[in-house]
Amino acid sequence: MEKATKRKVNNKKGKEEKPIVECDDESDAWWWLVHKGITASFLSIALFSLLVRVAVSLHPYSGAGNPPKYGDFEAQRHWMEITLNLPLKEWYRNSTVNDLRYWGLDYPPLTAYQSYVHGLFLRFFSPDSVALFTSRGHESYLGKLLMRWTVLSSDVLVFFPAVFYFVVVYYAGRNPSHRMSGIAWHMAIILLNPCLILIDHGHFQYNCISLGLTVGAIAFLLSDKDLVACVLYSLALNHKQMSAYFAPAFFSHLLGKCLRRQYPLLQVLKLGLVVLGTFLIVWWPYVHSMEAFLGVLSRLAPFERGIFEDYVANFWCTTSVLVKWKRLFPTQTLKLLSFGATISSCLPSMIQQIWSPSKQGFLYGLLNSAFSFYLFSFQVHEKSILLPLLPASLLATEEPFLFTWMTLYALFSMFPLLHRDKLVLPYLSLSALFILLNHLSSGRRDTKDTSAFRSFVTRVFLLCSVILHVVYLSMHAPARYPFLFEALIMLLCFSQFVFLTLYTNAKQWMLLKHSNLVDKEKKLL
Amino acid sequence: MEEQTTPKLKKPPKPSKPITELWWFFAAAACVKLLLIPAYKSTDFEVHRHWLAITHSLPLSQWYFDETSPWTLDYPPFFAYFERFLSIFANLIDPQIVHVQKGLNYSSNTVLYFQRISVIFSDLCLLYGVYRLTRKLYSTRQKLMWVLVVWSPMLVILERLHFQYNGFFLGILLISLSYLEEGRDLMGGLVFAVLLCFKHLFAVAAPVYFVYLLWHYCWKGFVRGFWRLFILGAIVVAVFAVAYRPFIYHGQVISMALTVCL
Repeated sequence: MEKATKRKVNNKKGKEEKPIVECDDESDAWWWLVHKGITASFLSIALFSLLVRVAVSLHPYSGAGNPPKYGDFEAQRHWMEITLNLPLKEWYRNSTVNDLRYWGLDYPPLTAYQSYVHGLFLRFFSPDSVALFTSRGHESYLGKLLMRWTVLSSDVLVFFPAVFYFVVVYYAGRNPSHRMSGIAWHMAIILLNPCLILIDHGHFQYNCISLGLTVGAIAFLLSDKDLVACVLYSLALNHKQMSAYFAPAFFSHLLGKCLRRQYPLLQVLKLGLVVLGTFLIVWWPYVHSMEAFLGVLSRLAPFERGIFEDYVANFWCTTSVLVKWKRLFPTQTLKLLSFGATISSCLPSMIQQIWSPSKQGFLYGLLNSAFSFYLFSFQVHEKSILLPLLPASLLATEEPFLFTWMTLYALFSMFPLLHRDKLVLPYLSLSALFILLNHLSSGRRDTKDTSAFRSFVTRVFLLCSVILHVVYLSMHAPARYPFLFEALIMLLCFSQFVFLTLYTNAKQWMLLKHSNLVDKEKKLL
Repeated sequence: MEEQTTPKLKKPPKPSKPITELWWFFAAAACVKLLLIPAYKSTDFEVHRHWLAITHSLPLSQWYFDETSPWTLDYPPFFAYFERFLSIFANLIDPQIVHVQKGLNYSSNTVLYFQRISVIFSDLCLLYGVYRLTRKLYSTRQKLMWVLVVWSPMLVILERLHFQYNGFFLGILLISLSYLEEGRDLMGGLVFAVLLCFKHLFAVAAPVYFVYLLWHYCWKGFVRGFWRLFILGAIVVAVFAVAYRPFIYHGQVISMALTVCL
């Protein structure tokens, strides 16, 4: 922690400047932000992040002015309409009043309950925007404002406190030589995650809720409150089924911990009961009949949509340039193939955690399992890159280069989507803000001697991505290959993700070696 | 206690690259300003666009007398020259911006982006002003002032949303103050006179300047004092002459003054 001492003003005669707080040189620029402690710093950074979110909300949303189907914004508004006006049992059922082909609910019940609450808020101020049938395609200034407010409030109520608690827990057990400004930087880098802001407050989604619940679960796990962590993670799963990307990491880490305790079976049973209990409470209206239960379940896993849609930087979509998966195999086979590939790619990480669970290893495990799911799972969207990006941001102080690289390529992989939504300006300014934040961190750290080869390679890749940006914005693709540029972007991003995931898997296994060495040293002493 | 603290005083107060940090603050503020481009804009936006048009398309003699739009030019000449300078770039980007008739209430993306970005660039003046003023301060106080000025919320609201060029003017004011602080009173007075020819509103500070310069610069004995007063007066008159000369030539000064003040 920096030494901040207040000096008494004891020389009124002299005209020299009286220092308010004496700080080390390096944290000098930010003394005013960090000198009152972690809570004050967090509040300031949180307010700035809120400002950035509000500023991004000014820009268009997905499907703005684009009938007949519009986009995700209309989908969320439609769910509020459905949940407000129809009884619970009808929400997931296809009927004349609820046409599932027009943006039917395809997230678990917690999203539905959340839509209901937000719908109440919208109906109070603008009943026309959520009236049954007549509000389809409703687009107005007030409607947009209210919808943006629902995302902003969810972010502030769920994501921000979770991040605060995570930072407190993460740095509580660490070496106190970590300066306050480093902690403040970490908080800023998580809260000002450009991808999350662009998707939630630009494109329009509610990832902040499920990601916030996941961060909360991670924080409680790191502070050894496993039961609370299970509850929060189950809630995250019940909000968006994509949170299952983290399930292997949670499962393997908890299993590893339980196996090391007395009466492992009892521990496992306790956790299992808590998870089941949470699921039961959330799914209560739908567990009374098998039909209702299966009805909801089938909406959550739309296998008929195929193994991939659009151009996402994962294995199936990238290799489909050479191997036409959709033509060679039926959906059933592809389901099994992707399941097999996903499980086998996250197996090493799971085994490492079961063998030797550790807090640091858990964070790497989250990153690795999220990456495996992103690269090999069925029906992955570009927005799913947010899931691996979350643990990467939690590990930002450990792996700053990895995190920066990953964020830049995650942003790039979403560029075609954001371009369609006319969000290029927020994309550019948030990327610039992110690069500025990173410059802060690299300026503060001791200059590490990066090999000339590595800096050459990174510069080449950066140049390629900048060129692709310019080409995409200024040129039209040839008529024969209308999606050429999207494919090139996908290829570049996929290559980077593969490197990154190999690196993080290796890193996680090296932790095992490191902890073994530490154990041996302890035994010697 | 004294021995512990004295070594810290001997440590050089300025960090190795202060200007880099200032640029960092400016760049971060610029990112937020860019995000605010599609935000609300008041009638002042159309006012400034119209001034770009009249200074570009009309001869100087008609700048203050054009009645095409209710937004007649009501800032002193230096600002008119500044708008003329900007209009060169506006014309290159989209000629319709500077067309007096066709550009009326023109609100396409080109004019929006051009004007908003011109304000961000004019903030560089504010940046220079605050840098100059805080050069000699102790580093911690310097940083605090930079943050408070470069990230001032009031400026963001006025400039980004309502739309004005106040950052630019305040920058000139800060430059003038920095000269006064260095003891270079003549330069300070000159820059303030320049500022008055940009925006007459700063005349509210004129009495303060007058008293300060009179006491600090001119109060040095009878002959010397009067000589200095004469020099100061000559400089101010010279600045105003440069600004108003073309209009004096056209015999428009009185009517211009009326337009500006009313």
